[in-house]
Amino acid sequence: MEPQWLLVVSALLFTIGAFGVLWNRGAITILMCVEIMLNASNLAFITFARQFDQAEGQIYAFFIMTLAAAEATIGLAIVIALFRLRESTDVDELNLMKW
Amino acid sequence: MLKLIWLIPLLPVAGVLFNGVFGRKLSLKTVGTIACLTVLIAFGLSLGAVLELAELPEGVRQFETDVATWLPLGELGMGSNLTIPWGFGLDPLSSVLLLVVTGVGFLIHVYSVGYMKHERDYARFFIYLNLFMAMMLLLVLGNNLLVMFVGWEGVGLCSYLLIGFYYDQPFDKRTGLSCADAGRKAFIVNRIGDFAFLIGMLYLVIEFGTLKFSELNTALAAHGGTPGWLLTGIGLLLFFGACGKSAQIPLYVWLPDAMAGPTPVSALIHAATMVTAGVYMVCRMSALYSATPEAMAIIAAVGAATALFAASMGVTATDIKKVLAYSTVSQLGFMFAAAGVGAYGAAIFHLMTHAFFKALLFLGAGSVIHGLHGQQDIRKMGGLRVKMPRTFITFFVAMLAIVGIPGLAGFFSKDEILAGAWNSGNKVIWVVLSVAALLTAFYMMRLTWLVFFGKYRGDDATWSKAHESPALMTVPLIALAVLSIVGGWVGIPVVMSGWVGFGDINKMHHWLAPAITEPGGSHAAATVHDAGMETMLIVVATVVAALGIGLAWMFYRKDGAAAVWAKRFGPVHNLLRNSYWVDEFYELVVLRPFYAGCRFFTAVDRWVIDGLVNATGATAEISGQVIKLFQTGLVRNYALMFMFGVLVILYYVIRAV
Amino acid sequence: MVVLETIGFIVLTTLALTSAIVVVFHRTPIISALALAFNLVAIAGFYLLLNAQFLALLQVIVYAGAIMVLILFVIMLLSISSESGLHKSGAIQRVMAPLLALGCAAAMGFAVYRGSEGARFVVSSTDFGTVRNIGTDLFTTFFYAFEAISLLLVVAMIGAVLLAKRRL
Repeated sequence: MEPQWLLVVSALLFTIGAFGVLWNRGAITILMCVEIMLNASNLAFITFARQFDQAEGQIYAFFIMTLAAAEATIGLAIVIALFRLRESTDVDELNLMKW
Repeated sequence: MLKLIWLIPLLPVAGVLFNGVFGRKLSLKTVGTIACLTVLIAFGLSLGAVLELAELPEGVRQFETDVATWLPLGELGMGSNLTIPWGFGLDPLSSVLLLVVTGVGFLIHVYSVGYMKHERDYARFFIYLNLFMAMMLLLVLGNNLLVMFVGWEGVGLCSYLLIGFYYDQPFDKRTGLSCADAGRKAFIVNRIGDFAFLIGMLYLVIEFGTLKFSELNTALAAHGGTPGWLLTGIGLLLFFGACGKSAQIPLYVWLPDAMAGPTPVSALIHAATMVTAGVYMVCRMSALYSATPEAMAIIAAVGAATALFAASMGVTATDIKKVLAYSTVSQLGFMFAAAGVGAYGAAIFHLMTHAFFKALLFLGAGSVIHGLHGQQDIRKMGGLRVKMPRTFITFFVAMLAIVGIPGLAGFFSKDEILAGAWNSGNKVIWVVLSVAALLTAFYMMRLTWLVFFGKYRGDDATWSKAHESPALMTVPLIALAVLSIVGGWVGIPVVMSGWVGFGDINKMHHWLAPAITEPGGSHAAATVHDAGMETMLIVVATVVAALGIGLAWMFYRKDGAAAVWAKRFGPVHNLLRNSYWVDEFYELVVLRPFYAGCRFFTAVDRWVIDGLVNATGATAEISGQVIKLFQTGLVRNYALMFMFGVLVILYYVIRAV
Repeated sequence: MVVLETIGFIVLTTLALTSAIVVVFHRTPIISALALAFNLVAIAGFYLLLNAQFLALLQVIVYAGAIMVLILFVIMLLSISSESGLHKSGAIQRVMAPLLALGCAAAMGFAVYRGSEGARFVVSSTDFGTVRNIGTDLFTTFFYAFEAISLLLVVAMIGAVLLAKRRL
């Protein structure tokens, strides 16, 4: 097992996550794709930590995990609030900022 | 007193300031008194200064004082040595003009107090009049060309202000000119000449590095390596400026229309002082002109031509002031012709005598107009000598003087000009001037006859109210009449004094000689003329004058003769009446293209320049309209833009590594 | 040993990628959520493979345990079925999204290819990935960050409560 393999996996996961953010219409699905992207970056961090035998990468991953938790919380709260407004979670419904 | 000559131009300025601040609330008497007083004190100072000058020995009869430095260009390290001071100087040449300006100016100020009695805005009038005096004195007393130019422009300004004094009145029904338009015309035509004057001055600076008269004279006498064409060019440029100020061809057109101003203005500015500034300038630069025979020839030609040209127009004019205006242009032509043939002294002598009798003629005309309550058309006058005896007698004296009757002032000065023209070898000039003199005699007699003799042709109401003018107006007339008689006696030619056994008593000639550079580079020595020839010339001149008077008496003796002659000479009369259509010609050839150019540039301003500015605004607006389309309001599109940005950044980051 | 490792790697990779694709493409949100859970567990497996025990545990507890449950709660709460209705975003979205994703993949692939010349895993020290190791660094070197992130969590909690309340 080489670091390159894992990095390729991380890159692929990130790409799939990014594609999912751009392709999907449901707010919650988008959030889930964002989680995929975050996880991909976490994987990269841990790979590098292992490669150089340091704890620093793991700590970054730790913080990112915490952050992801906080962000998911807020994101879902926003989805709930918007659901009350538009009766659906379709992000295309949120178009009031049109020119 | 010589050291105080810088004070002389400042005295009228005091009058300007005082009347400017308080004039509106004071009475005419107070305002007039203050104005006249400043000029009187200036005259007193001038007299004292000239007397002091006369005490100096002949060789060093000049005085200069630099009061302050104006343009220290040399000290600014711009690579030139030019330093222009606020300098004043007095020498025989400027002394003549100084006394004429202050003396005649004072008389006209006194006259104005009487003339402006029924006018509103008299404070404004006296302010402008005093300002004019200050500027004219600056012109005369300046010791370098730039100070003279300040005065030059200043008198142009005052001329504009005073011509357009009745700014809301119409002036010429035929052309639709208003008084304000006449003022503008004077100023603008003057400015055209001034432009040439400025360029001439610049070339002088380039070539000689100084504008002071004393230094220029020294440089020119040294016969440096200045090419002849440059001197000629400068001379002609300066002369063109003089054409504008002194109303010669082609820039004379403003003077007849300048009669829109009050009569004292015409007397002071357009007869005695301002218009003579050009002659003064040419004589002041005699060192320059004597070094360029070509320029002198042109000046003589222009002067003589103008003299004849203007005299011809005076023959048919029907406004009393217009006749005198054309006469002024003609007489100025005489002066320039004199300068052109090298007789600078004669030109100045004629300037002085002309100031006396022309001012007198104008003031007399003003008296007539005043007495007839505004009537200026000589076709509606006649037989006024019974109603206005004093005006009549002084006017008649002036007429005799201008015509050149022996014994009176004009005779001696005109004779000297004609003699100078003959002796210079250019007989053509002499012939032209003599014909002009004939016409002068003719139209002046015509004028006098039609106004004062014969039967009254106007309406009875005016006749019954016609009256002689008050003392305030007639006393200056009498004073000027006296001057018109004795004023020439300072210049009696050697020939004539020889008849009665006296020696050379031509005081004028001797006084002016050191200040003038004759052609040939030397100061005028007492030239010996062929006595017999000169006597012949005197006789011819007298005969010509008498002939002119006689012809005019013959033509206009009968009542209603004027109209008959007008019909008889139909086309010629028409030509002269319309002033050779010169104004219309200028309108067509100069003004119309100019206005078209103005319209073009207005269009450029509106479409190109404003268009550019508007285009900038329009660009901003349109680009805004295009860019706003990016804001669809949809979150997913924004996410796309995020991604795109991320890729760009990624690209740069990876590239760097 | 190496063989096991490689097999484990391949299995986990397959799991992770497949579940990720399901998350993206499936119509039903619930299935997407469950697929995400699988993905998270797969990532945890990766961590174990890399000797990062503590983080593997954390991944399962925090991510798969807390965040996933939260998402499932919300999905159930809002009774979301599948997506329907018109695509308002227009064609540009459906064209650009794959393109940009491909661009991203290319960029990252290129970076990995160029950047990881001669990279090798060394034999890790015995306390790599232990709680002690991470804890020591966390409470000494990264102390301020630790405090800050706890503050962040408080803020997130308050924010979430405020946002989701029906009446303030």
